Amino acid sequence: MSSLSRDDVANLARLARIEMSEEELVSLSNEFTVILDAVARVQEVAGADVEPTSHPLPLRNVFRPDVVVSSLTPDEALSGAPAQEESRFRVPQILGEEA
Amino acid sequence: MIHLSASEMAAKLVAGETSSVALTQAHLDRIAAVDNDVHAFLFVNTEGALEQAHAVDAKRAAGEKLSPLAGVPLALKDVMTQKGVPTTAGSKILEGWRPPYDSTVVTNLKNNDIVILGKTNMDEFAMGSSTENSAYGPTHNPWDLTRIPGGSGGGSSAALAAFEAPLAIGTDTGGSIRQPAAVTGTVGVKPTYGGVSRFGLIAFSSSLDQAGPCARTVLDAALLHEAIAGHDPKDSTSINAPVPAVVKAAKSGDVKGMKIGVVKELNGDGYQSGVRTRFEESLELLAAAGAEIVEVSAPNFEYALAAYYLIAPSECSSNLARFDAMRYGLRVGDVDGASAESVMNLTREVGFGREVKRRIILGTYALSSGYYDAYYGSAQKVRTLITQDFNKAFEKCDVMVSPTCPTTAFKIGEKSDDPIAMYLNDIATIPVNMAGIGGMSLPAGLAPEDGLPVGFQIMAPAMQDQRMYLVGAALEAALLTKWGAPLLSMAPALVGK
Repeated sequence: MSSLSRDDVANLARLARIEMSEEELVSLSNEFTVILDAVARVQEVAGADVEPTSHPLPLRNVFRPDVVVSSLTPDEALSGAPAQEESRFRVPQILGEEA
Repeated sequence: MIHLSASEMAAKLVAGETSSVALTQAHLDRIAAVDNDVHAFLFVNTEGALEQAHAVDAKRAAGEKLSPLAGVPLALKDVMTQKGVPTTAGSKILEGWRPPYDSTVVTNLKNNDIVILGKTNMDEFAMGSSTENSAYGPTHNPWDLTRIPGGSGGGSSAALAAFEAPLAIGTDTGGSIRQPAAVTGTVGVKPTYGGVSRFGLIAFSSSLDQAGPCARTVLDAALLHEAIAGHDPKDSTSINAPVPAVVKAAKSGDVKGMKIGVVKELNGDGYQSGVRTRFEESLELLAAAGAEIVEVSAPNFEYALAAYYLIAPSECSSNLARFDAMRYGLRVGDVDGASAESVMNLTREVGFGREVKRRIILGTYALSSGYYDAYYGSAQKVRTLITQDFNKAFEKCDVMVSPTCPTTAFKIGEKSDDPIAMYLNDIATIPVNMAGIGGMSLPAGLAPEDGLPVGFQIMAPAMQDQRMYLVGAALEAALLTKWGAPLLSMAPALVGK
C-alpha cells in the first residue's frame, strides 16, 4: 500500500509552488492513499519487455523554414501583464538582496 | 428556427429564407432566456457575434462563394483562445484575461464564417467529468437541471441540448467531448490525435488533448470537423495529411459489409442496465443495416484508467507551471519586498481549484526522482499495451464500439467528494486518447429506468475518422426511424424567463 504523509505533500506542494493550508495538506495526504493504490495497478502489467509510449505520433524533429513571420507586438505581448514597466514585464524580486 | 440542425440552418441561409443576423439574434435571445438556469456560457459575445453575422450576410449579398456552415452560430469551449475575448479555461487564475491571439481552431472558424456566440463553461483546465470543477459554478443538464451535463465540456454539450447553439467546439483529453455528448443526448467527436491543431488550446495533457466538433446530428459534426481540421505549421504534432472525408461518410451512412467490433471489456458489470439495453438495441439496428457484429477483446483496457491518472497529471504538472503570475493572469501577494517565489505560491494557492491542485501534486509525485519508473514509466508501458490491443482488434473489425459511459447523468454534488468514483466515468472513453485514435459518441436513446440519454461510442483507427461517421450516420438514421423524431425533441422544455 502506497501513501503520502502530510510532510510528503508539503514538500510536493513546495516543489509545485503552491501554498497550502494545514487542512488541505492533511486531506490531500488522506486522498492520496486511495488514489495511489488505484493508479499503482499499472505496475501489474508494465513488464521490462514492454516499450514505453510517450506520444501517439512517431514524430521526430519537425522543422519549418527559417523565415521571419509576424508575431505579437510588444504591446500585445504585454496586454495581459499583471504589472509592466518600460515595455517589459515587471516581476517581483527574483534574487536575494545580497546577490 | 433554433431547433433546426446546423445544416438545415445553412440551407435556409443559402436559400435566403433567413439571415445570419436573424439566426444569431435568435440564439442570443434563447441564451438570454434559458442560460440563467443552464449556465452553459461563461461569456456571451453579443457584439462580436452580431458583427461577424453582419459581415457574412454582406458577403452573401455580394455573391461571394461561402463555406457550407457560413453564417451558422457556434459555442466555443473556454479553453480555446479568441483574440480580445475573455478566456479562462474555467479557472480563477485566468479571470479577466483577454488573449492577444486566436487559436488555430478560431482562425479556421472565422475563415469559414462560422459565428462565435461566446465561451462555454468547463471543468477548470478541462480536469473533470461534470463541470463541477469550474471556478465559475457548475453547468446544468437541460434534461434535468439537478444533474451534471458531463465534463469537462459540459457547457458546450448543454448549449447544444438547450438549443442555445447548433454547433460547439470541445476538447477531449480522456472523454471531455464524448462523455458530455452521451449524457446530454448530443453528438461529439474526438478526431484522431493531430487531426485538429492544438495551437491556442490551453494545454492540459499535451499528448492526449484533442479538439473536436460537437453538434446535434452526425452530419453537422462532420461539417464542423472539416471546417476545423487540417495541418497547422504552428502545431508540430498536427498531421500533415488530407483530412478524412467525414462529410461524404456522414452523407452516405452505408455500413453494408462493415465489421463492427464490440469490446468485451467495455460492457457488462458496472454498466447501468438501461445503458446496456440501449447499446444492445443499437447493435441490432446496425446489424439490420447490413453490418456484421463481432466480439473483440482488449485485455489491457482495464489498466487504462490507472495509466491515464498518471500520464495526464504528470503532463499537467508540467503544463500548468506556466501559470506563474509573471506575464499574464492573476497575481497575488505582490507587496513590497515579496519574492517572486512567494508571489507564485500565493497566486497558485488562490488561482487553482481543488482538483487542479490534486492533479498537479499527483503529477509532481509521479515524475519525481525515485518514483518515475514505478509510476509515469509504468503508465507509458500500459499506453503501449493499449495501443497493441487496439491494433490487434482492428485486424478483426473496421470500428470498435461500446457504451460511451457506464451510467447516465448523475446528480450535481453526488460524486464531487469522491475522486475515484468521478474518474470511473471515463473508463470507456480513455483508451481512445491513450492510443491517439478517433472516437465518437452519439445518442442511443433513453435509459428506461431514469429517462436520461445514453451514448453509443464508435472508435476508429488513426486517420480513419470517416468510418465513425459512416457507422454514426447509419445508427442515427435507424434510430430516427424508430423514434419518429430526434431524441432532443423528447427533452423537457426549459421554461426560462
